[in-house]
Amino acid sequence: MNSIYEAYQVLSMAERALVFLVLAPIAGGLLAGIDRKLSARLQGRYGPPVRQPFFDVLKLFQKERIVVNKFQNFNIILFFLFTACSGALFFAGADILLTVFGLALAGTFFILAGFSVGSPYSHLGAEREVIQMVSYEPMVILMAVGMYQATGSFKVADLVQYEAPLILYLPGIFLGFLYILTIKFRKSPFDLSMSHHAHQEIVRGITTEFSGPALALIEITHWYENVLLLGMVYLFFGFNPWIALVVSLATYLFEIFIDMNYARFKWQLTLASTWLFTAVAGISNIVVLSVMK
Amino acid sequence: MAWFKRSPWILHYNATSCNGCDTEVIVSLTPLYDLERFGIINTGNPKHADILAVTGSVNEKSVQALKNLYDQMPNPKVIMAVGLCAISGCVFQDCYNVMGGVDKVLPVDVYVPGCAARPEAIIDGVIMACEILEKKYAEWKKGRG
Ligand code: SF4
Repeated sequence: MNSIYEAYQVLSMAERALVFLVLAPIAGGLLAGIDRKLSARLQGRYGPPVRQPFFDVLKLFQKERIVVNKFQNFNIILFFLFTACSGALFFAGADILLTVFGLALAGTFFILAGFSVGSPYSHLGAEREVIQMVSYEPMVILMAVGMYQATGSFKVADLVQYEAPLILYLPGIFLGFLYILTIKFRKSPFDLSMSHHAHQEIVRGITTEFSGPALALIEITHWYENVLLLGMVYLFFGFNPWIALVVSLATYLFEIFIDMNYARFKWQLTLASTWLFTAVAGISNIVVLSVMK
Repeated sequence: MAWFKRSPWILHYNATSCNGCDTEVIVSLTPLYDLERFGIINTGNPKHADILAVTGSVNEKSVQALKNLYDQMPNPKVIMAVGLCAISGCVFQDCYNVMGGVDKVLPVDVYVPGCAARPEAIIDGVIMACEILEKKYAEWKKGRG
């Protein structure tokens, strides 16, 4: 496995970013397929083939393009670009703060896309997305801060090769991050703004008015995003690549399990519980760490 | 290569009648029949759908909603009439408000018989609709140039 690290170090930053841009959609699509298969199994169904997300996206690219507002697709393309760029920066080993803020900016464009169309369902979805963002963003930033406190660097390349296990310094931060990961993956109980499951009280939430190629692009963006988020989980265990890989995958399976077991929360509960968890697990971790150092 | 066969997404609309067929469509999503194993998703959103599955006869009121849904679906799209009511009006055809089957107002591509239509028949109908979808896609692409 150390040879993987060596290969990683041989590549220049641009090459690492390129590798991410090519491989992430494949990995993300497969993860989405495993998600659907496993969800079906947990519900006692046979489930679609693991390749199903790729079929869906390929089909969507063949559908007619319907545009109700000329800015709607512009926003979606920016959503895609910023997500892919922050993922590329992360995997190239650049600044983790830049990644976090790039991701937030991408989320903002997604919300703008939701508001740019006429459908009230889409507007409601976009409003809920704002609430979700307010809920998870503090914890994401705390994660970056905690990692800096522990290692003295914001650079992903340094973080991942830090000799001591980061998880020992940041157990609270990790738990808090796990909590908000459910929101970021758009899993129940926090899939307020849009759900991957067919029926929702607000139709398809923020993606209601997007059809064909635009919807396919949203789907691919989520694949990029999921791989990036699992990469962040990896950082906590970067001292041993095998453990890190296993834990990242286990985290994903855990999220699917949570998804199957919970009904959707109201936004009040989402916001309150997330902030409470951020305060208890995240901030206390930071305080203890600063006292110890 | 067209991918519609691997991922047909359905929009289901119940235009009236006894709700028997309506329930059968839901039943075909349950673990016993599991529509999703063919990649079929019941979307509930016309903008995402490929196949419009209509159950029940069309009446003077529901025709507006039905046409509205159909118009919002992106091409290529297929209409499936599920159950005898959607085909001909069944026992309701003489009611003063009932216009009859779906093909009175929209171009139906697939007829799924039965009162109520069995989930197996519905799945069969969707598979047939996929073939038509692929054909329509080829035509539509040619028309677009
Ligand atoms: S076809 Fe029969 S079961 Fe279906 S809606 Fe009509 S009356 Fe009900």
